[in-house]
Amino acid sequence: MSSTDSFVTIADPYRLGHRGPNLARGHGGGGPASIRVIVGYGFWLFLLSDIIIFACLFATYAVLAPNTSGGPGARQIFDLDRVAWETACLLASSFFCGLATIAVAKRSQMLTQAALLITGLLGLAFILLEVSEFTALYRQGYGPTRSAFLTGFFTLVGCHGVHVTAGLLWLGTTMAQFFAKGFRPDIGRRFLCFSMFWHFLDVVWVAIFSLVYLVGTRL
Amino acid sequence: MTTDTHADHLEYEEDDKGGSSDEHSAHLMTYVLGLALATLLTVASFWVAKTDLIYDPGIPMALATLAVAQMGIHLVFFLHLTTAPDNTNNILALAFGLLIVGLVIFGSVWIMAHLNHNMMPMPQLMQMQR
Repeated sequence: MSSTDSFVTIADPYRLGHRGPNLARGHGGGGPASIRVIVGYGFWLFLLSDIIIFACLFATYAVLAPNTSGGPGARQIFDLDRVAWETACLLASSFFCGLATIAVAKRSQMLTQAALLITGLLGLAFILLEVSEFTALYRQGYGPTRSAFLTGFFTLVGCHGVHVTAGLLWLGTTMAQFFAKGFRPDIGRRFLCFSMFWHFLDVVWVAIFSLVYLVGTRL
Repeated sequence: MTTDTHADHLEYEEDDKGGSSDEHSAHLMTYVLGLALATLLTVASFWVAKTDLIYDPGIPMALATLAVAQMGIHLVFFLHLTTAPDNTNNILALAFGLLIVGLVIFGSVWIMAHLNHNMMPMPQLMQMQR
């Protein structure tokens, strides 16, 4: 195939995805996208489906929130100081996860493990704060069975907490794999997925602390 | 860093190539800037929730706006969503996801509010069932 010939075939839709000159990879020319881009895209689709689950729970909470059934409302049970600490923990955790990404790019085992350890400890602090909030509510008799509002609240915030807990397990696995197997490309891709997951959980938390806690105390 | 196959070599061409220290400090600046902006918006949200200076019915909208802004900051600075060609697919998927999220949330709230409004008051309903 001559060079002019292949230049003509680029516009042919049946040739999309095949190699051609001077075009970005993954866009019909220059060959398929790299594994790293494809893995990142696939995990991005998973995160979007996860966000749709959270959207359903947000919608449920929004519908149920006014139905306190004679029990406490949002204003009585939300402690904004604790929420501020939880937010700070998760935001700092997300930041250190970003630093870990840089440490991985630098191929520094010590910096990677240190950044991931701080990421995990801040995530653990978040979970402990949330557990203390939930147990305090439960002890006061304001468990998820008290009213529709509390059912929606525990389901939404608890689902996020379960995600963070699962993320902590994944984080531990990632640290162990970096330690035992080094900076192999496949481990790097797993870490890419983990970091996306962790940042995504922070995005969901932004919606929770703003729309559940802060709006709740002003309604 | 040694890579043993061609595919591995390709993927390390992307953004994960061990990199120069200039790139690393640029990445570091991205995260620091993201952290600073996110902190600013978080503080603003908590301030809005506690202040008496804002017209009360406007507060939920103000908080929603700040939340959307902060989510945007997270997407750009932490999840590295850009308008570059290699991000087109991610942006399109995100747009579709947001469409579904919007339909689910606004649709549910809208329909349930109307149902609630149109439903017979509970005592009358109970009476009819006798």
